[in-house]
Amino acid sequence: MNIVVCVKRVPDSSARIKVGADNRTIDPAGVEYVLNPYDEFAVEEALKIKEKAGAGEVTILALGGPESAETIRKGLAMGADKGIHLKEGTTGRDFIATAQAIAAELKGRPLDLLLFGNKAIDDDGTQVAAMVATLLGLPFVGVITKLELNGRTATAHRPVEGGVEVVEVALPASFSAQKGLNEPRFASLKGIMAAKKKPLEEKPAAAGEPRMELVKLDNPPARPAPRIVGTGKDAVPALMKLLREEAKVI
Amino acid sequence: MTAPFTGIDFYQLDELLTEEERAVRDTVRDWVSRRFMPVIEQHNRAGTFPDHLIPEMAEMGLLGAPIQGYDCAGMNATAYGLILQELERGDSGLRSFASVQTSLCMWPIWTYGTEDQKQKWLPPMARGKKLGCFGLTEPDHGSNPGGMITRAKRKGGKWVLNGAKMWITNATVADIAVVWAKDDEDQIRGYLVEKGTPGFTSRETKNKWSLRASITGELIFSDCAIPEDCVFPDVKGLKGPLSCLTQARYGIAWGAIGAAMACYDSSVNYAKTRIQFDRPIGAFQLNQEKLAYMLTEITKGQCLCLRLAQLKDQKKLKPEQVSLAKRNNVEIALNIARLARDLHGANGIIDEYPVIRHMMNLESVKTYEGTHDIHTLVLGQAATGLAAYT
Repeated sequence: MNIVVCVKRVPDSSARIKVGADNRTIDPAGVEYVLNPYDEFAVEEALKIKEKAGAGEVTILALGGPESAETIRKGLAMGADKGIHLKEGTTGRDFIATAQAIAAELKGRPLDLLLFGNKAIDDDGTQVAAMVATLLGLPFVGVITKLELNGRTATAHRPVEGGVEVVEVALPASFSAQKGLNEPRFASLKGIMAAKKKPLEEKPAAAGEPRMELVKLDNPPARPAPRIVGTGKDAVPALMKLLREEAKVI
Repeated sequence: MTAPFTGIDFYQLDELLTEEERAVRDTVRDWVSRRFMPVIEQHNRAGTFPDHLIPEMAEMGLLGAPIQGYDCAGMNATAYGLILQELERGDSGLRSFASVQTSLCMWPIWTYGTEDQKQKWLPPMARGKKLGCFGLTEPDHGSNPGGMITRAKRKGGKWVLNGAKMWITNATVADIAVVWAKDDEDQIRGYLVEKGTPGFTSRETKNKWSLRASITGELIFSDCAIPEDCVFPDVKGLKGPLSCLTQARYGIAWGAIGAAMACYDSSVNYAKTRIQFDRPIGAFQLNQEKLAYMLTEITKGQCLCLRLAQLKDQKKLKPEQVSLAKRNNVEIALNIARLARDLHGANGIIDEYPVIRHMMNLESVKTYEGTHDIHTLVLGQAATGLAAYT
């Protein structure tokens, strides 16, 4: 069983984000970076599948600047076997160009399962997983909360409005992990020490054909000061009116 | 709820850490946030230790982390210190648990034990299957352990122990006690006493107002006979137990900074969000002075720890250097906890915030493992060459 998990280095969810001087990237000063939490679910699932099968290989793949090696090693510390780092400079690329570089790397490699996080918490893009799967011609099931393997058949559960959709696909196949899929393990001290000794292949990321240009990053508008429209039940009509007409939330 | 804990690194000391050391620190920090923080207040109220977390700590390798071999992780001094810092950011009781298991029980077995003793105890202790405790302090001999009256007499191929030990962390839950007692030649030696040995009982010390989420108790030996090979063969005199305490105090120096960081973190969040006179209270100079003190002392304490770790790894560490760091870091942590309690106003006395718990815990930490005053005398002797006590 060959499992590849694609991961991304993202700012910690508790980081205070400032837009950089170029208005296109975030200022990395004082920001802690972590393995994208949704990708962590994907890594955990890969490790569980391998452990249950008693054989196989889990590869962590990341595309990004030199720091992404540290993110890959987080996955190796959790127990993955090896890493692939598709290196590039500091300029970001769009979703399709990212997917093209990953697909170019994976094409021709032995692959049974390709796992992603459902989304990266930095840009909430949710696109790359489906794009890579499409480029590789793999079936893709997104936003899964349960994955069961039976021989060469995989059954995945995905939450839909008011219920669960159960999807069956033949391997090789691709999935993206949603919260609830599993509880990621904590890396052990021995795992952390072993991570640096595991193979980590570094190569330049293949050029892609970007179709989008990030024009500008901006801070959300400052929230207006809170208002108290009245007290008790007498205030309810006024509150309803504001919620309907001004805030437009009901 | 308050914002997630992110640590304090005013002097960019992270740049002096290796990637592995940072990964270890961040992993333990994350574990404490996700697994320990949600349960600590209920255990603190009930006066219980969260036993269900012991297998997780063991799985991560947090028990016996600096020991080489015997299923232990073999971490360097910096990584071990960072682990204890993060555990005590959670609670001093959690760090005490790890310290006693690692520095006071596994370390002497590893350092002074026979190969059989090591094989028997270290792997199950690393896995959290066996817990240890350390019996040195007696009801009437605290700062003066050399005056101990617990005796181990040789009788018919056995050691027969009589006496009592007090203020022993994990006393009632430990499977193995490292007990220090005087032999027939009046020499202090270390003995391994298993739970369930006839003549060995323990009793929990209840009603503590400090380290509530940590088990404390007494060990009582009444004609307790243990096999002849349950003694550390070569180490004799006070240097046996004192060398263990040097290990544990090293960890306390780091741990106290963790407790201080928790109090500072809560204080900064509170000062920025609590509004009085239409302004966050952090805008007022008296509160800024408190925060500036906390930040300064935490940063100084971090520098002390990091240098201490280098000396420890280079095997140059002197006990008086550890005394300086333990004495200083616990004192400033306690000061910071008290200031944090003050800054939180009335909210500082309830356990919705961690400060009153840390404040009460640190009163114990100031006293155990060599009181603040005894470490003062150690430093006084280092300065003058004159001992204030004998």
